[in-house]
Amino acid sequence: MSEVTATPAKPAAKPAAPAAHGAAKPVAAAKMTPEMSAIAAKFGGAVEAAQYEGLLVTDHSKFIEIATYVRDVLKYNQLTNNTATDYIKDGVIEVVNQFTRVPQGGAPLTLKLRVPRPSGNDKTQPVPSLCPLYPGAEFQERETYDMYGVVFEGHPDLRRILMWEGFNGWPLRKDWKEAYYEGDTKPFESRWPGGDHKLAEERVPWEDNVNYPPGFDPFAFKPHPDGDIYDSMLAPSDGTVSIDNGHGVAPTLIEGLNASEMAELKTDEIIVNMGPQHPSTHGVLRMVVKLDGEKVTDLKLALGYLHRNHEKIGERNTWLHNIPYTDRLDYITGIYNEWGYVLGVERMMGLKTTDRVEYLRVITGELTRLASHFWAIGFLLNDLGAFFTPALYFITERDLIIDLLEAVTGSRMMCNYMRFGGVSRDFTSAQWAMARELAFERLPRTIDELDHFLTENEILKARSIGTGYMSADRCIAHSLTGPCLRAAGIGYDVRRADPYGYYDRFDFNIPVLYNGDVYDRYLVRVQEMRESLKIIQQALNQAETQSKVGDIQGGKKAYNHRVPAGQCYARVETPKGELGYYLVSDGNQNPYKYHIRSCSYINLNSMKEMAVGQKVADSVVILGSLDIVLGEVDR
Amino acid sequence: MATQTTNIPDELKNDPRVPEDLNNNIFITTLDKIYNWGRKRSMWPLLFGLACCAIEMICTAASRHDLSRFGWELMRASPRQADLMIVSGTVTKKMIPQIVRLYNQMPEPRYVVAMGSCATSGGPFKEGYNVVSGIDKFIPVDVYIPGCPPRPEALLHSFVKLQEKIEKQSIRTVRWYTTGKTDNGMLVPYLGPDLVDLRRADEIKQKTAL
Repeated sequence: MSEVTATPAKPAAKPAAPAAHGAAKPVAAAKMTPEMSAIAAKFGGAVEAAQYEGLLVTDHSKFIEIATYVRDVLKYNQLTNNTATDYIKDGVIEVVNQFTRVPQGGAPLTLKLRVPRPSGNDKTQPVPSLCPLYPGAEFQERETYDMYGVVFEGHPDLRRILMWEGFNGWPLRKDWKEAYYEGDTKPFESRWPGGDHKLAEERVPWEDNVNYPPGFDPFAFKPHPDGDIYDSMLAPSDGTVSIDNGHGVAPTLIEGLNASEMAELKTDEIIVNMGPQHPSTHGVLRMVVKLDGEKVTDLKLALGYLHRNHEKIGERNTWLHNIPYTDRLDYITGIYNEWGYVLGVERMMGLKTTDRVEYLRVITGELTRLASHFWAIGFLLNDLGAFFTPALYFITERDLIIDLLEAVTGSRMMCNYMRFGGVSRDFTSAQWAMARELAFERLPRTIDELDHFLTENEILKARSIGTGYMSADRCIAHSLTGPCLRAAGIGYDVRRADPYGYYDRFDFNIPVLYNGDVYDRYLVRVQEMRESLKIIQQALNQAETQSKVGDIQGGKKAYNHRVPAGQCYARVETPKGELGYYLVSDGNQNPYKYHIRSCSYINLNSMKEMAVGQKVADSVVILGSLDIVLGEVDR
Repeated sequence: MATQTTNIPDELKNDPRVPEDLNNNIFITTLDKIYNWGRKRSMWPLLFGLACCAIEMICTAASRHDLSRFGWELMRASPRQADLMIVSGTVTKKMIPQIVRLYNQMPEPRYVVAMGSCATSGGPFKEGYNVVSGIDKFIPVDVYIPGCPPRPEALLHSFVKLQEKIEKQSIRTVRWYTTGKTDNGMLVPYLGPDLVDLRRADEIKQKTAL
């Protein structure tokens, strides 16, 4: 589009450096919001405006005090994102924390901490952990530790989470090279036309994707990849659970015995490992549960079995390269993941989109939401024991949606549909008719049918009402988002809280229920499907009258977009919750930092608290109600 | 019935050993054919998904594509009861010890389908530090399917190809019916500073020596 002001029309002959970090040119400090000013006024010398956005906490000893102020006075009650960035030229690793107000929404508040960059594979100096204030920080800080070696002081269980204990190095540090390392940024020399392309295996000395430190002896090495996951669970407990989550702190009572008799009865506790190959863990998730009888007294998750290094690859890729990779995050809802990413890049580049594009994005995005909820409900029923029959019906409906997406984009699941400032293709008139048929005829009937057969089903209700309860306050503290949060009475939806796209043009509701259990999560999903349909119907109608056909590929049609130096946290409401992209650009054609705030991953944080005190069979149902996709959990 | 059968030969038609009402109802085939005919149509795949491809695998098993037309719908969650492992997704270093162990736990005859480009070669994630460049680095593969992910039709095609392969096997030559050649499975790699393939342990020690 000609009116779009994007990157300079002529890329400079030299790279567009000076880069933002450690470059000679000083970078503009962040604009102070009223909240930031309040912090600066109260904690004067401890904070200063950071580059681009947020506040930099210079006095680490004040950090917990500041975070408490942020939580209790400024009411930023949810830690939405925690990650780090390695500014190798400045010699620092910067820890980034982003806080939001739930359910009010609005722009997040950013607090940054800088620690000196250690040499080699050493860990950094400790920084204060946010876990005591925000329990939702637990998994996120473990990931930051795993990827950057940042030590969080006061973290209850600081182990590697995506990689295994004993792995050599901190993968996301800029000077850490993977075995198939070829260059810092793509396109690699060997892949240019005329390049001498060899297999990756032929370029490395090991002829394989491995790298060992000098002096490593494979015969003498004692592997310990789980860390002390079992040891930490071995301490015997008295059958009571330490977490008061409403499921009872009392020991399980055997019929006919009272509490004191029960206390004399010695029952064994056993530790059971489920996964990573287990039909009920929705992929390669691994749960270790400690059981007293059938009651779960402790639960730990082991993740990373599908960690495919999305973020490291993302930093090597050009900006455009990353779009198809985002499809493979939450592979049930590919298009919505792309949306979050292009939204962030568009904001940094200042691109504008046309009406047609926004309508197409809403239509395809909401169709994937329907597909995802069909899938989620089908497999929740699977976990409840209705093996595959309900799922068969819902997969049939999902296939119809997928058919349309395939016709439009060319691929069933990995659509690669969004572009910066546009989408790749418009609907043809036949596809438009297909979409209308689905949205007005077929899917409303199916959802009615689903509702009719399942919602009042006795077994479904018996198994799910009261199961996996978590109160609204705990949900917020655990950084839970998506249908699970809305089932606990918090009407927080990014489509309303931090609007994007054309959602303000449609009349729809955010369904909220109040019991916070598995049944309400199911009901919220059903109601959300109806709201999605309403949105699609309105979008189809409006697009016909208010948008020009074919006006879709906005922005510069370039292979190597240059994104102006800056930072951005863009978020969208996927069917699973808040999916955020934290992007840092140094003005080059690759992201300097590419972090995904994955809702599936962070929602799992609350799994332990929901499952402890319940039966082991219910823990599977709770997992099903959280609706995770491992591609996004492990990335 | 098996692909090549013949009706009862003429000279046997009046043979007193053949009851009269079975005339024209007897087929003659080889043991290999009848045996392969039976087992190729009742494969029990391992219920085991890794990544995106698992979703297409589930779609293949669902109503539209209906795996049971091939007699393969009985997905077993236990490797002890399965004949076929569909490696449906990216194989990571953290996961490969478990996959090899699952493979070793499957009774022979066992088959492996590498579904999608990740399982074949590492696919789009090949350069990742936690990604194994194809499952065939650790366990033998019978059929590879390209695609990211392959469509359900492509998975069905791989089954047809595997059926063709099974048809060509002979009871006399397959290893699992011969004596003296026990199958010890594949060596399970372990997770050290990086993934350690024990078959190469000597070489690793040599190259990393200070």
